[in-house]
Amino acid sequence: MSTTELTKDPRRDPATGEYRVIAPGQTFKSITDKISQIVLTPHTPLGWFAYFVIAGGGSVTLLVAVSWLFLRGVGIWGITVPVAWGFAIINFVWWIGIGHAGTLISAILLLFKQQWRNSISRFAEAMTIFAVMCAALFPLIHVGRPWLGYWMLPLPFTMTVWPQFRSPLEWDVFAVSTYATISIVFWYVGMIPDFGTLRDRAESKIAQYFYGLLSWGWRGSVRHWVRYESASLLLSGLATPLVLSVHTVISFDFAVAILPGWHTTIFPPYFVAGAIYSGFAMVLTLAIPLRKYYHLEALVTDRHIDNMGKIMLATGFIVAYGYGMEAFMAWYSANHWEAFTFWNRAFGPMGWSYWALITCNLLIPLTTLWSRKLRNNMTYMFILSLIVNTGMWLERFVIIVTSLYRDYLPSSWGTYRATKWDYMTLAGTLGFFLFMFLLFVRFLPMIPMFEVKLLVPGSRITPKKTVEAGD
Amino acid sequence: MPAREGTYGLLAEFDTPGDLVRAARRAHEDGWRRMDCFSPYPIEEVAEAMECTRNRVPLVTLVGGLLGCAAMFSFETWVSVIAYPLNIAGRPTYSWPAFIVPAYEWTILWAGLSAAFGLMALCKFPSLYHPLFNAPNFRKGATVDKFFLCLEALDPRFDLEGTRAYLETMGPLSVVEVPY
Repeated sequence: MSTTELTKDPRRDPATGEYRVIAPGQTFKSITDKISQIVLTPHTPLGWFAYFVIAGGGSVTLLVAVSWLFLRGVGIWGITVPVAWGFAIINFVWWIGIGHAGTLISAILLLFKQQWRNSISRFAEAMTIFAVMCAALFPLIHVGRPWLGYWMLPLPFTMTVWPQFRSPLEWDVFAVSTYATISIVFWYVGMIPDFGTLRDRAESKIAQYFYGLLSWGWRGSVRHWVRYESASLLLSGLATPLVLSVHTVISFDFAVAILPGWHTTIFPPYFVAGAIYSGFAMVLTLAIPLRKYYHLEALVTDRHIDNMGKIMLATGFIVAYGYGMEAFMAWYSANHWEAFTFWNRAFGPMGWSYWALITCNLLIPLTTLWSRKLRNNMTYMFILSLIVNTGMWLERFVIIVTSLYRDYLPSSWGTYRATKWDYMTLAGTLGFFLFMFLLFVRFLPMIPMFEVKLLVPGSRITPKKTVEAGD
Repeated sequence: MPAREGTYGLLAEFDTPGDLVRAARRAHEDGWRRMDCFSPYPIEEVAEAMECTRNRVPLVTLVGGLLGCAAMFSFETWVSVIAYPLNIAGRPTYSWPAFIVPAYEWTILWAGLSAAFGLMALCKFPSLYHPLFNAPNFRKGATVDKFFLCLEALDPRFDLEGTRAYLETMGPLSVVEVPY
């Protein structure tokens, strides 16, 4: 392509020749107005209330399901011997995996200086936090006696019993609690300058106090910005190894067991890639309606959706490699049990779940995401994101259920059937997630204003100007 | 802080980041030290102009992380070897490779919390009141789209009329007096 053709490309900035991240014509003021208006307006959109009612209904479903569980015990679920890890663990792994894309966008893409992430980082982080909330619920309610859940923590009890630090399940307690804490800290620190903006833009006294307190008195001093930039960079640098460790530790829950289908070294990288795959799908599920309903197309542009499609393509292939390696090792290990587990997964009584997973995670996305035309088609991308999320849920179902229900001894084989309480809990967490997300969208700035301002062409001091300034 | 009266400083408002950088560099070169700049987003060049690019957040983070790592690893060792030794498939009680994972997580936890709280402490937050909020145009622009330079009255070079004239030469949109 010649240079003249490049400058004619509407996706490029004519002055710099770089690909635009946000739509042309944005100013500091227009960005501030657009984003702060969503939060500060006294008029909540009717559609928001409609979704809020649905999400609230979902949260109530969760409350009912969990209350009944506490009254009657885990017997109301479909779990039984040999499948003692059912929906609860599937949902746990699925939700926490979804959270990982938020950290990837906010931390890893920051370290790689991918500036396009600025527009989507905030709500992706919010997604992380709410997904981790949903995830953390499951191990707690799965322990059978949830009122003894605090036994997982190393607390000085009167009976001097301490946790067992050699178990991946105990590592999980530290990995997930650290992940939740650091995600919240990172998210909150990221919002402080924007709270300052909202405090200054708010007209009602209540909003001024609310955002004023949250901003801690932020005023944009250069000395504060220097420390702030250091702290954000350090938090990104810390969140990156953290996010990789969290799903690795979760995969150890399986890989450390000697069960065929679980006992494999591919699990840590394969779990992390799958987590990011499903997380990006969830970001798309949220971003596409958000930008449409709140008219944010100028800030969350087609390029964002396109880039996320590309990342899904890449992580999807890593996941495909994981599936391939499982099949290969089943043959290459020459291990009778391993080979049987794989055969049973694909062609046993629950083979439907394996083929549904392959269709949702590999066949549909990995053949169509190559096309830029489809990546720029919002309806298609939205539907695809739902398909991938379903596929990733099925992946955890396949890993957990189809490994457990037929292990070494045919006499102990069984089956698994989820009950309505299982489905209600899953649907309930979806409702709760949406509930939290709607509150976030209404009361907190969903796009980082100060970071998007850095994408406005006039925000940068060019080297030329600096020379002028030095005269 | 004792209650003060009179003038906190003079606040010049600029329209572009480039103007602020030029003004900050000139003021710093002319010997001003009790000064500060305010912008809606971080501008590296302003920090360079004021020679305040170094800060102690990284040190606080490092110390926090190392403390977290040491605390968790020694705690796990104490629990597994002394307080509550368990025989897990005949493994040694001091099975240190298994202790790495929680220690790793706590390194990150403490380092991250230190970075966040260190940032707050070093910025002297919370500071919900600040004299600058008294300036009529500060809250309208500093966190939205305007760039400010404040020369403070505590600087020995400060004198109300002279400094105002000095700031006017830098091409600001306005220069206002900030009362305490």
